[in-house]
Amino acid sequence: MKLQRRDFIRISGIGAAGSLILPPFLHSCKDPALSGQAADYLDHFEVTTDLLRKVIGAAMSKGGDYADLYFEHTTSNYSNLQDGSVNQASSNVGYGVGIRVLKGDQTGFAYTENITPDAMLNAANTAASIANGTGKQVTAGFTEYVSPNLYPVITPWEDTSVKEKIPFLDRVNEKVFGADKRVTKVNASVSDSTSYILFYNSGGRLAWDYRPLAYLSVTCVMEQNGRIENFRVASSSRQGSEFLTNDLVDRLAEEAVEKVSILFDATKPKAGEMEVVMSSGESGILLHEAIGHAFEADFNRKKTSIFTDKFGKKVAESFVTIVDDGTLRSDRGSLNFDDEGNPTENTVIVDKGILSSYLHDRISADYYKVKSTGNGRRQSFRHIPIPRMRCTRMENGPHKKEEIIESVKNGIYVSSFSNGQVNIGAGDFTFFVKAGYLIENGKLTRPIKDINIIGNGPQALADIVMAADDSRLDDGTWMCGKDGQSVPVTMGLPTVKIKKLTVGGINA
Amino acid sequence: MNTKEKYALAEEVINHALNSGAQQASAAIDESVSSEIEIRDQKIDKLTQSNRNGLTINLYVDNKYSSNSTSRLKKDELFRFIDEAIAATRYLAEDQYRSLPDQKLYYKGGGIDLNTCDLNIASIDTKTKIEIATQVLNEAYRKDERIITVSSGYADSIGNRVLVTSNGFKGDTASSNTTLYASVSVRTDKGRPSDYWAESALFFDKLKKTDIGKKALERTLQKIAPQKIRSGKYTMVVENRAAENLLYPLYSALQGYSLYQKQSFLIGKSDRTIASKIMTVTDDPLIPSGAASRLFDGEGLAAVSRPIIEDGILRNYFIDTYYGKKLGMAPTSGGSSNMVFRLGPRDLEGMVRSLKKGIVVTGFNGGNCNGSTGDFSYGIEGYLVENGTIVHPVNEMNITGNMNQIFLSLVEAGNDIIEGNSNLVPSLMFEAVDFSGI
Repeated sequence: MKLQRRDFIRISGIGAAGSLILPPFLHSCKDPALSGQAADYLDHFEVTTDLLRKVIGAAMSKGGDYADLYFEHTTSNYSNLQDGSVNQASSNVGYGVGIRVLKGDQTGFAYTENITPDAMLNAANTAASIANGTGKQVTAGFTEYVSPNLYPVITPWEDTSVKEKIPFLDRVNEKVFGADKRVTKVNASVSDSTSYILFYNSGGRLAWDYRPLAYLSVTCVMEQNGRIENFRVASSSRQGSEFLTNDLVDRLAEEAVEKVSILFDATKPKAGEMEVVMSSGESGILLHEAIGHAFEADFNRKKTSIFTDKFGKKVAESFVTIVDDGTLRSDRGSLNFDDEGNPTENTVIVDKGILSSYLHDRISADYYKVKSTGNGRRQSFRHIPIPRMRCTRMENGPHKKEEIIESVKNGIYVSSFSNGQVNIGAGDFTFFVKAGYLIENGKLTRPIKDINIIGNGPQALADIVMAADDSRLDDGTWMCGKDGQSVPVTMGLPTVKIKKLTVGGINA
Repeated sequence: MNTKEKYALAEEVINHALNSGAQQASAAIDESVSSEIEIRDQKIDKLTQSNRNGLTINLYVDNKYSSNSTSRLKKDELFRFIDEAIAATRYLAEDQYRSLPDQKLYYKGGGIDLNTCDLNIASIDTKTKIEIATQVLNEAYRKDERIITVSSGYADSIGNRVLVTSNGFKGDTASSNTTLYASVSVRTDKGRPSDYWAESALFFDKLKKTDIGKKALERTLQKIAPQKIRSGKYTMVVENRAAENLLYPLYSALQGYSLYQKQSFLIGKSDRTIASKIMTVTDDPLIPSGAASRLFDGEGLAAVSRPIIEDGILRNYFIDTYYGKKLGMAPTSGGSSNMVFRLGPRDLEGMVRSLKKGIVVTGFNGGNCNGSTGDFSYGIEGYLVENGTIVHPVNEMNITGNMNQIFLSLVEAGNDIIEGNSNLVPSLMFEAVDFSGI
């Protein structure tokens, strides 16, 4: 996105719209070789091409093979409704540069929140020490990387004050309380962040990005005959404040009330192994946990993943095609380029049942002698990039949802989840089911809730015995954690049947 | 910035907030320096260093409240930041319960030195760190032919905080932490199990530096060829290292927020039995060199040792100033510090020896707990024990139940807490837990 001059260093996004603005422009330092957009981003971070070159030079000074600089300025805001009114807000500003040096597969890293020449050179020297030789003189040029515009913004969050968010949150409250007399508590929040990213590496690539991310979440609590149940629903997108609409509010309010209502009739299934039908959409958590992490190439180059020796082999039925896509418009998991300056793509990881690609960052792409798949991601400038998922989803299969459910004599249908986990090497993965139904003789019967499901990744992938033609993406607020870093992701799935998973439950 | 400069800046931003329309304000300035070294198969994999600064200012403007933080600490920018935040706060709804704490409850100085910061950490050179991490790695490296890879690492951090409020509180804290760990992966016919072992301490000299790689390897080898067993009710022993995971939902249900927002299964349970008689847990912030020791909490409230559960009876919730007012309860503290379990007579091994049939849980895999109802379900790994001996490892199983019931079925607490943790919980034995397997 083209930078608006007035947007430079917004100090707090919860401020009155249009208020100004630091720091001063550095017109004098503009390099005529750069495009206007690139120059604007350099100005934003108060750096010049000379300084970038100098810092990369310091980073490479001890013989590193590669170095990159990742400048980030992120403004985040959170507005919360509870107990009937929007009575709390918070804001955060994060600003700094992460400097990384690679020597083979070894990483040196340091960051500074102080973007001054001294502080940057100091951090560069620290990162450089991963190599301990003598560097050659590096004079990187500047090749601008013009990225696609996957998340166009109509109204920047920086121009949207809390005053404009309040009516939507008030509407949530009104809609949820209005929908059901059993409602006793409503919590609703809008969270938004805006990141300015400037990337430069020792190969001379210069890239910049403007990354919006927002969500609206609704938690509804109801009481019935002394029993209390709650449910949280949310929607997330890389959009500006045009994301907030009455339609979105109404959809989430309705969904929250409906989902809590069902829980009062819910039971726990019988403990043990059974057939599990996973609904379309949110059930993509299956892919994320059962195989997604184990496909991340760092685990495979270190040979610790259960999928390490499976490349090119049949891992699923031939109707199973799974992709990890970083290019979906306005998707929470999408990026115009990854956090290593590489283009994102739609990577086919299981092609008609065959394991066809791992998810690569720069180090693993080098190791496997392939092109990076653009999966190098980081939580912020304070972290190093590692292979991460984006939107992991499965394409349509040949079956119908109805025939899948009808094919199950005794099993469960699961549709809402809160979290999952996996042991990469052993392959055990889990996901926690907030709500679903028992399937008895081919029909959905009693609701179920609050049970964990556990399985083995390669086995579960091979056990996808049916898949419907209703693949759908989920727009929930999924946060993926790995090595102490969180990044936003999404997921999608058609309705599928897994032959056998171990379901948490009760023993008679 | 040194501590004096931090106090000066905190006071300046508070004064600016008060002059710009806030009636009350609190400001905290945090700084932390950390380093990490990771070694894989005798080669340095990662060297990272970070130096983090931040200021958080909580504003109380005409009965309205916001919390704002930034890593940009230049004074003129901070003043603008506060002006904008105050303007934004005015848009919010009034909330009569928002205010700084009652001054009478603040820590007023004169407490003992809790000795929570090792300033020497800053002077440990990279070479030493690499050496000790390498030693740890070598305890496992090439010690078994099934090993695929061994990683080890050393990490340390020193942090400090200055907290100032506009109604008279001033205080600073400093703390440090050091950690050494190792993890091992092995190749088997059935997957590539891995496990790790870690030691941590506030002081570098107190950090245990041996038997880490060795334990990581032993634990990994113990996981080879797991079997899932039949679903049923079994006695469950949870190893100390994993036990704190079962306690998090309980601690979360004790929070004022959870009680007021009806996301707690412990609403109205004060002075009632919520656990078996053997369960006594104290929140003790005043343990010298304790991992979560403190003289005052995040709001400045003087730290007090309090019983949380006494002989199975719930004695105290975690109540901050805001929820104290909303709930009509006296504030205790919004967050726990060192949670100290009353110890039993034996360690894990002792418990296992007397176990006729049961499952020892050494780790959890995913799962969750419904805060409102206490319904939980977690994936587990561990081993099956019969007649006091280990039969085989188990994995791919779940436990399922309700938090209001499981602690009533606690039959024994061990004597084997992990020193250096803030959760001082031993291994725990529960009866008749629902396991799902085959």
